[in-house]
Amino acid sequence: MSAVGASGGSPLLAVRSLTKLFGSFAACNAIDLDIQPGEIHALLGENGAGKSTLVKMLFGVLAPTSGQILWKGEPVRIPSPGAARRLGIGMVFQHFSLFEALTVAENIALSLSPGISLSKVAEEASRLSHLYGLPLDPKAHVADLSVGERQRIEIVRALLQNPELIILDEPTSVLTPQEADRLFETLAKLKAEGRSVLYISHRLEEVQRICDRATVLRHGKVTGACDPRQETPASLARMMVGSDVASVSAAGTNTKGDVLLEARHLSVPARTPFAVALKNVCLKVRGGEVLAIAGVAGNGQGELFDALSGEYPVPDAGAVSIRGKAAGNLGITARRLMGAGFVPEERHGHAAVPALPLSDNLVLARNQSDRKTFLAGGVLGVIRHAVVRIASKRISETMDVRKSGENPAAGSLSGGNLQKYIVGRELDRQPAVLIVNQPTWGVDAGAASRIRQALVDLAKAGSAVLVISQDLDEIFEVATEIAVISEGRLSDAYPAHELTREKIGLLMGGMYGKTEGEVAHAH
Amino acid sequence: MRIELEKRANPSTLYSILSPFLALGLTVIAGGIMFALIGKDPVSALYSFFIEPLLDIWSLHEIAIKAAPLILIGAGLSICYRSNNWNIGAEGQFIMGAIAGAIVPVVFHDWHSPLVLPLMLVFGMIGGALYAAIPAFLKAHMNTNEILTSLMLVYIAQLFLDWLVRGPWRSPDAYNFPVTRDFAPEAILPELIASGRANLGFAFAVLAAVGLWLMMRYTLKGFEITVLGQSERAGRFAGFSSKRMIWFSMLLSGALAGLAGISEVSGTIGKLQPIISPGYGFTAIIVAFLGRLNPLGIIAAGLFLALTYVGGEAVQLTLSVSDKVTRVFQGLLLFFVLSCDTLIQYKIRLVFSRIGQSSEGGAH
Ligand SMILES: Nc1ncnc2c1ncn2[C@@H]1O[C@H](COP(=O)(O)OP(=O)(O)OP(=O)(O)O)[C@@H](O)[C@H]1O
Ligand SMILES: [Mg+2]
Repeated sequence: MSAVGASGGSPLLAVRSLTKLFGSFAACNAIDLDIQPGEIHALLGENGAGKSTLVKMLFGVLAPTSGQILWKGEPVRIPSPGAARRLGIGMVFQHFSLFEALTVAENIALSLSPGISLSKVAEEASRLSHLYGLPLDPKAHVADLSVGERQRIEIVRALLQNPELIILDEPTSVLTPQEADRLFETLAKLKAEGRSVLYISHRLEEVQRICDRATVLRHGKVTGACDPRQETPASLARMMVGSDVASVSAAGTNTKGDVLLEARHLSVPARTPFAVALKNVCLKVRGGEVLAIAGVAGNGQGELFDALSGEYPVPDAGAVSIRGKAAGNLGITARRLMGAGFVPEERHGHAAVPALPLSDNLVLARNQSDRKTFLAGGVLGVIRHAVVRIASKRISETMDVRKSGENPAAGSLSGGNLQKYIVGRELDRQPAVLIVNQPTWGVDAGAASRIRQALVDLAKAGSAVLVISQDLDEIFEVATEIAVISEGRLSDAYPAHELTREKIGLLMGGMYGKTEGEVAHAH
Repeated sequence: MRIELEKRANPSTLYSILSPFLALGLTVIAGGIMFALIGKDPVSALYSFFIEPLLDIWSLHEIAIKAAPLILIGAGLSICYRSNNWNIGAEGQFIMGAIAGAIVPVVFHDWHSPLVLPLMLVFGMIGGALYAAIPAFLKAHMNTNEILTSLMLVYIAQLFLDWLVRGPWRSPDAYNFPVTRDFAPEAILPELIASGRANLGFAFAVLAAVGLWLMMRYTLKGFEITVLGQSERAGRFAGFSSKRMIWFSMLLSGALAGLAGISEVSGTIGKLQPIISPGYGFTAIIVAFLGRLNPLGIIAAGLFLALTYVGGEAVQLTLSVSDKVTRVFQGLLLFFVLSCDTLIQYKIRLVFSRIGQSSEGGAH
């Protein structure tokens, strides 16, 4: 019975033919897995392979349909996250579970046993966050934090429980390279302390760098186990996807068209005390161009997206123009009607309503731009559900969205598959201007290359594409121009081939003098 | 010790559908126990409470009369609640609708025209909507909590009505009774069918509920309501405005409550008096939840709660129990609906926590 590959000793956690059915769909199908004490174990697999489902069962969020979980050799039932924590399992979720209205310390206190004073929690949290290099202000409100900062709360929260096994579901997909490096140091420290880590990631380089062993899932089954250091990213990707991953062919030969998206001296005061103010942002994207905006999370990317999408319009109409027309003071619907499409960063509760079916989430983004097709009855606005479902099916097929059932709730899709859907939802209408914030957050290698290729193709077909991303690999794959955002200021855009990672790093640091000089120059 | 609610991983769909029926069953059982405790035979008491009223024409008409305002208000409230706006003040909007609608037959009582009734109904809706506009404005622009403001406005409306019928609107020929003059015949809502008192108000209620059901199920407006109720941010992304939704849902539910108010006054009472509602505006909240915030479910729930009013009157007469028995049943019902829903979504855990420092110090 004992696994052949296991490196002696009894495993900390063992899983025996664990199965989870959703209806008749097997998200996890007879999975076996061993985690040794003091190892960093990677769980790999394409979007929808069942990774999140598996770890949710280990953390007591989902109940297994059948199979066994052994903790230090003893069979255990894990009926709730509380039970998992008591065993010594901590978890950082792919999608965070934080209360936006509460502070960092309050959120952490909520997951601890009661009776510990808030100031003690705050103290302990900031001690841990310094110890492990995850800076956090315990008094900040979660609503005002970036995705990256929110994740630190989750990590610190898990660490506070002093767990023996920490499960991290795609922790680095929202981190900058520097932040990720610090996380790896943290993980190394945890490993040295004898704790184990179960690590889910789509970034194969980092898996190779930090993980001791890897288990690969495909369609809910274990398809292989390996020592990631003996593999290459390409061979790992092949194990996951079952075939080679296409590389993105860049937009190099595009012919440049008119300026389709422009921001002129766009300044937006911070909406909340912790938000970033945009300062005099200028940018231009021509048809055929992909402008990528690089930068560390929390430097105004979200605010820039809000202002460009029109979710929060600005008083100065001329500050944003779309296809040559002033649009700064117009709302998101008007901007969509001018031919723009938008993909926000947060999937759940922003780009999609998790409880509603996919087809309704199509109506969410396109209720006015496709009014003629999707609605009947004039002012009554009767939704043509049949037509919408067909369109939704088309999008799922084009983007290869894997899901259980024809039209499931958006929240039941795996993170990456939902991302493919919400990108596909915009591409499907061939927008003249597309603005995307973090297009491939949590998307597997195969799907990421598909999404990036689609962005490049859209530009090739003559649209202007603006990509906000922290992922420099992604940026170099898709961009024709690159600018850098830092503390709400945007650098000039440079042709992608003129830039290197080092130059981008310099731009992130020393651009203020330059921008201000230019402003002075301009007036 | 502490009680914790823990969210269930897979709440049962079957039970969520059955929940209102479970709640009904539990209410009947608890009611039976209550009758037994006060020394009445529970079987015959429950029989005269729940069954007898269904057996004769007169009480069926009474049920329709009482169901009409419950359904009208409940259907409007369901739209509010689905869009995450918590209008608790329908009782006040009901009263203000009745007052506004009564302007025509009370102040202009010399004017006789077939237009009187339609005008009254329109005024009633406007009155209810305007009264709901106050908490809507306060929420949309001052960020106040609509639960508190709408509730407090109920008491103002009640006192305002009381003052009106004792003061400026008191009938000159009512021997100092606090009532307005009787409405003229053309200001009376006609009966629905010849066999009894039930009036057009019931038709309004069913039409409104079916209309709102169609809206929620098939139209973009209904979709907007659902989306904004679930996530304001996603609604903003869709181009929907949560501020406008505050106005829309509050004015709509206010107008329907106002229509219920003027229909009740015109169809059932025939004049204004200090008390014109046995708490329809509050009972309608139970109706809305018992009907799962679905307008069609609300028709059924409204009929059932109307039965509790009529049945309550019946047992009051036959068994000479207190008139509070109706309220007790309604309260039990709401209690069981909410607890069934909660227990379907969550499981209860008792946590016996270690007591702070003293025991910690003792342990080592
Ligand atoms: N609550 C649910 N109801 C129905 N199907 C579900 C549910 N949760 C997950 N699934 C399905 O199970 C499959 C596995 O999903 P899971 O979230 O485990 O994937 P994953 O490997 O974590 O993918 P990703 O890398 O995209 O996060 C998916 O096809 C998903 O649609
Ligand atoms: Mg996942």
